[in-house]
Amino acid sequence: MPERNMSPYQTAMPTQPPEQRSHNFDEVALGYTYNMAVAEARRCLNCKNHPCVSACPVGIDIPGFISKVAQEDMEGAFTVLSACTSLPAVCGRVCPQETQCEGVCVRGIKGESVGIGRLERYVADWHRENQSNTQRSVASNGHRVAVIGAGPSGLTCAGDLARLGYQVTVYEALHVAGGVLVYGIPEFRLPKAIVRHEVEGLEALGVKIETDMVIGRTLTVDELFSMGFEAIYIGTGAGLPRFMGIPGENLKGVYSANEYLTRINLMKAYQPGSRTPIQQSFSVAVVGGGNVAMDAARCAKRLGADRVTVVYRRSMAELPARAEEVAHAQEEGIEFRMLSNPVEVLGDEKGWVTGVRCEEMTLGEPDASGRRRPVPKPDGGFTLNIDTLIVAIGTQPNPLLLRTTEGLISDRHGCIVVSDDDGLTSRSHVYAGGDAVTGAATVILAMGAGKRAAQAIHRAITKKQA
Amino acid sequence: MFEILSRQELNPTVVRISVHAPLIARKAEPGQFVILRAGTESERIPLTIADYDRIGGSITLIFQLVGAGTMELGRLQVGERLQDLVGPLGKATETEGLRKVCVVGGGVGSAIAYPIAKKLHMQGTVVHSVVGFRTRDLVILEDDFRAVSDELHLLTDDGSYGEKGLVTNALESLILAGNQYDEVIAIGPLVMMKFVSLTTKKYNVKTIVSMNPIMVDGTGMCGGCRLTVGGETKFACVDGPDFDGHLVDFDEALRRGEMYREFEQHARETACKLFPKEDRQNAGA
Repeated sequence: MPERNMSPYQTAMPTQPPEQRSHNFDEVALGYTYNMAVAEARRCLNCKNHPCVSACPVGIDIPGFISKVAQEDMEGAFTVLSACTSLPAVCGRVCPQETQCEGVCVRGIKGESVGIGRLERYVADWHRENQSNTQRSVASNGHRVAVIGAGPSGLTCAGDLARLGYQVTVYEALHVAGGVLVYGIPEFRLPKAIVRHEVEGLEALGVKIETDMVIGRTLTVDELFSMGFEAIYIGTGAGLPRFMGIPGENLKGVYSANEYLTRINLMKAYQPGSRTPIQQSFSVAVVGGGNVAMDAARCAKRLGADRVTVVYRRSMAELPARAEEVAHAQEEGIEFRMLSNPVEVLGDEKGWVTGVRCEEMTLGEPDASGRRRPVPKPDGGFTLNIDTLIVAIGTQPNPLLLRTTEGLISDRHGCIVVSDDDGLTSRSHVYAGGDAVTGAATVILAMGAGKRAAQAIHRAITKKQA
Repeated sequence: MFEILSRQELNPTVVRISVHAPLIARKAEPGQFVILRAGTESERIPLTIADYDRIGGSITLIFQLVGAGTMELGRLQVGERLQDLVGPLGKATETEGLRKVCVVGGGVGSAIAYPIAKKLHMQGTVVHSVVGFRTRDLVILEDDFRAVSDELHLLTDDGSYGEKGLVTNALESLILAGNQYDEVIAIGPLVMMKFVSLTTKKYNVKTIVSMNPIMVDGTGMCGGCRLTVGGETKFACVDGPDFDGHLVDFDEALRRGEMYREFEQHARETACKLFPKEDRQNAGA
């Protein structure tokens, strides 16, 4: 066995310096070197209870792949990883590890946890750079499954079913596969070439991806069944942006975070000479405190905004964004105006945004979510002078599929209702998972739902055969 | 898929293409739209479906060469393919139960008004069509409209062809002459739809307009196409594109439509330099 590394600290992740990276869209975190990865892997105690595995929504064999890295068997590590996840290079970058695997790591009790996410990323990147996506021949079992939505949930479900021998077709409404991984999460956090590579890996497994297909419009769920699919998985996400409902929200220069990020990421407005227009901003306010708000704020900075302010109605302690994203945003010079709530967007006579008027808040008693509820202060308030306002207060499931599919039940938030952990909906042979069921959540939870549904679909089809 | 099957220039700035798209053709209804990308680096452009052939598996698109994206699309020739085409999107125009309708089309908007007039005519509705153009050279679809209209009023702003005047004048005359319309359906530039709505409001005639704002995805994701309708925010792509003209905040829509004017002007100039005029004419020949 290789010697254990008893340093209490995680091997630091090399990053682009803040001054430099706030002017480009290249990846912020540069990834471990070979030696860093091996050294970090040797911090894992391979403890008996491996709490990290139980805390992972997709149950990755974390000690298993890390021990391979410690033994410098990178391809072996990748084999362990890829048996559990279709998107390791993605999860290694965007998972909130601090509240999952790393949050329960035994090494974290006296010191810092093992850098599980960083190691996962290293192994996936090592494989991508050193091995090709080989055609893995899985004998077809002759059963066909359709997946609606090529985001993290749908891709995971498709990958797991393909490994079991199913012929899977994924239908995607946009012109590229990836869902939020390509339209939402920016290049500097998740390079699109990596998403493309992971998708190509699924195609090599035999998964068929059809873009430009809006299910509910181009084809319906019922038509998919009549085309011979035996089960359908709905992973359509939560793509409908929420607005604040305050005066001035339709002024020019007010964007939903979805639109702002889609223009920049999917439509490549960040590249010089792009055909997609985007506001050239001087002073930007981003409303909201999640990862999407951080992404929008950091994009605005990179596009040249002088001043970018995150406006959030609770305090720093309640920010729902990943700790690392908040820290990176602060290093890049993003300002945070906490306990502030916009009440009106101000504009000029030509309809352009000139400012946002906010009220000041204070934290009251905890609400249903367990977080202290923000309450407006009776006096106070301020106006930020801005030329761009980005609304990043959350998204809801897109109602298009529900409106066009009979018998599919949703709750009052527009989320598809499923019977249990398997993701079975009110329609037989129709399963759903990810943000379409939970409302906006994380990539990894969506992947977990896709994985469980794949198992459930496999059980149902096997049972039908027996 | 998405091969261009035919291509005609209807006037110096308006092109009609039919595109092989069997799945879209099977579902398309008047009033719905598609989103397309001409090439791998192109913008997503929303265009309303001008016609469809369910058996032949094709849809017809009519577009004006206004920006870099439509110019790029205009350069594609028969046999070439669109990079992407998705649809049919949006809600279809409601035509059920209408006995008498005045269809108002302005400029290239007439191309979208035509399939609605055609559908109404086929279902037995009495159709009066009022179509207006700036000048004689820009007139399109005259014969098509004539074939599906019980009465056709063709106007030009400068009087170089048809009657001289604006569509609102002709519409108002028809109403004053005692025509009782169940609905007026108006499609054209925002300013035209605004004034048609103001005209019909006076006479309390229900009016449907087709909104075509800036949008990215066309499925309800970006919210860029939002409008205020009766004091509520609506997304043109999923709640529309048809709305009650008496409730739409046209002034806000006009302002929002100018959001990228400078960028578009610049892109258009670049596109013009890239594709010189004689080249475009040769391509069109």
